[in-house]
Parts: sequence; structure tokens; C-alpha cells
Amino acid sequence: MAEKKKSWKEIPIGGLILEAGNANEYKTGGWRTFKPEKNDKKCINCLFCWMYCPDSSIKVEDGKMAGFDYDHCKGCGICASVCPVKCIDMKKE
Amino acid sequence: MVNTKTKKIPLTGDQAVATAMKQIDPDVVAAYPITPQTEIVMYFSNYVANGQVSTELIPVESEHSAMSACVGASAAGARTMTATSANGLALMWEIVYIAASLRLPIVMPVVNRALSGPINIHCDHSDTMGARDSGWIQIYCESGQEAYENTILAVRIAEHKDILLPVMVCQDGFITSHAVEGVQLFEDKKVKEFVGEYKAAHPLLDVDNPVTYGPLDLQDYYFEHKRQQSESMKGVLKILPELFAEFEKTFGIKYDFIDTYKLEDADIAIIALSSTAGTARSVVDELRAQGVKAGLLRPRVFRPFPNEKIIKALKNVKALAVLDRAESFSAEGGPLYTEIKAALYDSNIKPMATNYIYGLGGRDIFPDDIKKVYSDLGAILKNKKVANPINYLGSRE
Repeated sequence: MAEKKKSWKEIPIGGLILEAGNANEYKTGGWRTFKPEKNDKKCINCLFCWMYCPDSSIKVEDGKMAGFDYDHCKGCGICASVCPVKCIDMKKE
Repeated sequence: MVNTKTKKIPLTGDQAVATAMKQIDPDVVAAYPITPQTEIVMYFSNYVANGQVSTELIPVESEHSAMSACVGASAAGARTMTATSANGLALMWEIVYIAASLRLPIVMPVVNRALSGPINIHCDHSDTMGARDSGWIQIYCESGQEAYENTILAVRIAEHKDILLPVMVCQDGFITSHAVEGVQLFEDKKVKEFVGEYKAAHPLLDVDNPVTYGPLDLQDYYFEHKRQQSESMKGVLKILPELFAEFEKTFGIKYDFIDTYKLEDADIAIIALSSTAGTARSVVDELRAQGVKAGLLRPRVFRPFPNEKIIKALKNVKALAVLDRAESFSAEGGPLYTEIKAALYDSNIKPMATNYIYGLGGRDIFPDDIKKVYSDLGAILKNKKVANPINYLGSRE
């Protein structure tokens, strides 16, 4: 996030964003105070966490919960809250 | 007239503007009628109904919606126009700023009318003067003829790739909007050629190259976007002469940021916008016949403010009066006056200056009123002193 910000001469006029889907480049992981961590042994891959995550930060591979996108997870804790088997712990960063 | 072969036809200022819009044939017009602009929308609606234009006319339920629809249409890539007056402009307010900030080249004829309250439908400049810092280019027209010409020119100004700012083309409510004058129209073909086809750089309808208009812009970049706007507005001062020259080449009519009359050797001068300049010009002739060295300066472009042009034109003037058809309630005089005074500060001339607020709510300004101003200027010149910097011309004491 320490990149040099651009001058008025280097950015599109009018606040336009010329690139589609570039919100992905905006790393919001730095906002986090509590970090979700998963206990693989307890997880039943119900994907409630994936459904509820407001920032699409639950990774899924082959239909299974495959961890967190820590670049974008803000640590809101919704995943831990909705998990029916309580396999997600929120740990202070 | 070079290159054009049309005769003068009798039109009101509103009809003249509606005719310009017909010839421009914009992609979208979203407008709401309000006196004294109503005729513009009325005539233009006729052109749409008669199939004389291919414009998509959006009859909205308010001016807030009119400008919102214009913003949407312009962002989509359409050549977009609207028109309004007074309280209609006030109701648009929020979106007026957004149009400028999003750099959408919307052209809006404004028929100047007093803002309520008390409610009044007649001419003064309180509506557009309130919007002078909204980021729109503002052009003030003396006649229906000029409103016609400027409406056409404004399309090119707004859409210039190094400008991309919306333009207000202002004329005096009723005085020129409803008075019939002989208007020299250009050939449809010439106008079409002059305005050309609008190709937006980043239209929303270009689905292969999706862009985002109007995202949240906080502490990190908002300032830079405002800076771009102000640099672009300054740039207008450099770019307009090219467009004036092209306009002259096409239509044979010379344009400049300002219009002067017998100012070169004038000792005393009046500075006024729009139709009042016509009255002042006849008074100048009368006074000149009596040996009084009177002159006149009429800024045509008010935003951006043509500071250098004005100062240069005033170089020989010893005492000047700025006529403001709007009160800014700053207790420092009207908007044109404070602008002129600010311009003088950095210049190497220092004429004595005085301000007259006049014509509010359509109060007529007569040649005798103008004569009084020149006579006051004569006294200022003689006494080498400005007795009253701020005066109210035509208000009963």
C-alpha cells in the first residue's frame, strides 16, 4: 500500500475508473484487527462461511473450504459466527 | 456574412436558441419547462414531435431529474442538452456540480431570471451568478442572435478534448428571450459540419471497455480531480481563441472573450453583461456626441474570467462603473464588481471603480439610468474620489 500516489496529470479526469474489476487490487486486509483461522479437523465444508462472507474472502477449491483471502478479509468475524461447528477462531493479529 | 446565405427572420431569443438546438440535433435533451425558458422546451418539443430532429426527448418531472438524466445520457456518450431558468437551476443545483465534476460536456441555455423569493419571473442574473463557481463555463449573450450563435459554439467548447466542461449559455429573461428580433440563421448543413459528430472518450455504452463514473473519491484523490477541473478551466482561456477563429471562418462572425465599444480612448467606462450593454452603447454614442469620452466593456465569457483581456482593454480608463444585475449579499458589491476589482489588484492600472446593483427582478434599466452612471463617473473623475463604492441604480430610496 506504500505505492506513490499519482499526480493530477497522471489520473483519468472526472474520477473515472477506466479499468473494470480493479477493486481486487485494493487490499483491505490491512484493516483487520482479528484474523480468522480454521481448524481443518472440525470443518465439515458446509460453505456457510463462503455464503456469508461480505468480502468474498473465503477461498473454495473443489467444492471445499480452502482457507481465507487475507489480502481482502477485514476480520469482521461473520464466518466464525455462522460456522455451525465453530471451526473458525478469531485471533488478534 | 461569409459562406452563409440565409436571410434574417424574426425570432424571439428563446426561438433562436430552440432553432440552434434543432440544427445541432443533440442525441438527448432532458428538460423541464420554466418561465422564461419555457418556449425553448416548447419549440424543441415540436421539432421532436414533427420528426425534424432525431433527439431522444426526456420529459422529466423536475429540474433535478432533468440534470440527472443529462448526466446519465452524457456519461453514456450522448451529445446532451437541457435548458432552464432561475428556480429550475436552483433545483438542479446538486447535479449541476456533479455534471461539471464528472467532466460531462452538457450544453445548457439558461434564460436569466430572478431567484425567489419573493417570487418573481423577470430578468436578473441571480440564478447563474449563484452557479458561477459550479465548474461550468458561462457565456452571457447580449441578444437573441448571440444566444443562437453561442449555443452552437458552446457544443464545440464543451466537447473539446482538452476542455470537457459543461457550458451555460445565458441570455436575459424576457428582455431578449421574448423580444422578437431579426436573427440571421446559419444553414443547417454548416451548423452540422461545425458541430460535427460527438465521440465520447469513455462512453458507458461501450460495453467492451467498461468504465466507472462517479466512484467514491476521498482524501487521497478528490483534491487532484478538483485540480484537474481548475486547470481545465484555465485552459479554456487558451483554447477558446482557436474555436473563435474556426467559428469566424465558418460563419463569418468574429468572437472574443469581451466586447468593447469606444473604449480605446475612454476616460470613463461601464462594464456590464448581456442586454444592458445594448442600452449602454446608445448612451455612449449620445455622450460621445457631446464630447464625453465614454466607453463600454461587456464580458461575454464570465467563467473562466478573462482577466488579462479585461485589464488590457481598460488600460486607458480612469474611472469605471461595474453594473451588476445580481446582488451577492457579500456587502462588498455584486459578483462582477468583486471579480473586476480582484483582477485590477494584480494589474499595473488602478482606475477608480464603483459598483451599481441594478435591474433586480426585471426592474427596467433606461438610458437615463445609464446616463446617471456616466455622470457619476464624471464627478468621480473631477473629484478624484469614489464617494459611494456600492450603489443601487433604480431602487427607490
